[in-house]
Amino acid sequence: MEVAFFVGCIAPLRYPGIESATRAVLDRLDVDVRELEGASCCPAPGVTRSFDSTSWLTVAARNLALAERKGLDILTICNGCFGSLFEAAYILGEQPEQLRRVNAILEKIGLAYTPHGVEVRHFAEYLSKDVGDAAIRRTFKKKLDIPVAVHYGCHFLKPSKIKQLDDPEHPTMVDKLVELTGAKSVQYKDKEMCCGAGGGVRARHPETARAMTKAKLEEIRASGAKAIIDVCPFCHLQYDSAQKEIGEGYDIPVLHLAQLYGLAMGIDHKLLGFEAHATPVKLGL
Amino acid sequence: MASEAPLNVPDPVWKQTLLDQVGETLNLCFQCGTCTSSCPSGRLTAFRTRQVIRKAQFGLKDLILPSDDLWTCTTCFTCYERCPRGVEIVGIITALRNMAVRAGYMSESHQKLVRTIYDTGHMIPVSEKVTALRKQLGLPERPPTVLVDEEARKQVKFILDQTGLMRLLKEDK
Repeated sequence: MEVAFFVGCIAPLRYPGIESATRAVLDRLDVDVRELEGASCCPAPGVTRSFDSTSWLTVAARNLALAERKGLDILTICNGCFGSLFEAAYILGEQPEQLRRVNAILEKIGLAYTPHGVEVRHFAEYLSKDVGDAAIRRTFKKKLDIPVAVHYGCHFLKPSKIKQLDDPEHPTMVDKLVELTGAKSVQYKDKEMCCGAGGGVRARHPETARAMTKAKLEEIRASGAKAIIDVCPFCHLQYDSAQKEIGEGYDIPVLHLAQLYGLAMGIDHKLLGFEAHATPVKLGL
Repeated sequence: MASEAPLNVPDPVWKQTLLDQVGETLNLCFQCGTCTSSCPSGRLTAFRTRQVIRKAQFGLKDLILPSDDLWTCTTCFTCYERCPRGVEIVGIITALRNMAVRAGYMSESHQKLVRTIYDTGHMIPVSEKVTALRKQLGLPERPPTVLVDEEARKQVKFILDQTGLMRLLKEDK
């Protein structure tokens, strides 16, 4: 199993522990991680695409073309990167006119994208579908006996018409991955609701984004969960930083699935980068 | 005077431009309001998805494009998933935002993000704190992206020059 690792922006530049945990976890799962040298921002769909869809599509196509040149599929660890690159690949596969316009620009920098040239994958569905439960279980050394709140985020499963990964209203994929560690995925009200950060709202209307996060945090606290498990560094950033900004003593640690798997595999805490978290990661394990 | 002109005047030419971009699903909306009742932003703000779609159907561009509420949609896709008529709601909102930006309604906070991606190829600037932590984690100081590849960074700038992203910023007009 070989993949081109698309690191994105928030993991490497804000929560490098998500990047290092992903690398360590994939290594133990015998996934051959190759670098996607020269990749850029996906670019962030909520903002770039909202401003100018052509700029968004063309920069995304460049990232796809870099992977195609390597003959590798792309592995993302962020719903934003996944959504952007997946939807861009879908558009370029369906709309010949868009493909022609994009390739006319890429050609000038010595690149080209072929429709269906690259598959865009997300860490969580890759683990679920390609690695599989049995291989994952074999790498676990420690049972994580805690109740946790899973947050899927929006752009992992939706739009479901083209993603076709799981039921967008009642998904189970990440809950199952989380429960392999021994943790209990608790149910809570509005579990499928957005964290509040997407669509450029975090930048333009931070108070609205925070109010949405607060509504989620209230439900998560009421559920008794001892941690939030996400599959997106942007949701991760929103939950982690908003708790500090709101200041109502939620103290619910926020972990990316890769970091949770790092703990289950017995990987040294120091390699999971919890120092970058605004909300201290104390799990009492 | 533009400020005295009525805003609720349908613009059929603009409506056709929008339809050309978003497709015919815009006309399928029958105003049931499933979108508004599903919208997490609508719980907290004056943003009403159903009303935006209705105004778009009528070509009421002057009521839509200057609206700050248009920017409270988190593009969560819940409305799109639940729409009984298959209206491409998020695609329509995105197209409206593209038009709003072209009409000069991009917030300063968003212009800052555009400059960051143009200058660095990433959305997040490099910080000393994170660089130190990367070293501690056994990662290279910079990820193997445009940040360590001048040629790659130039390619991203070239693309954005071709597509004209920077021309959408106010002071660059």
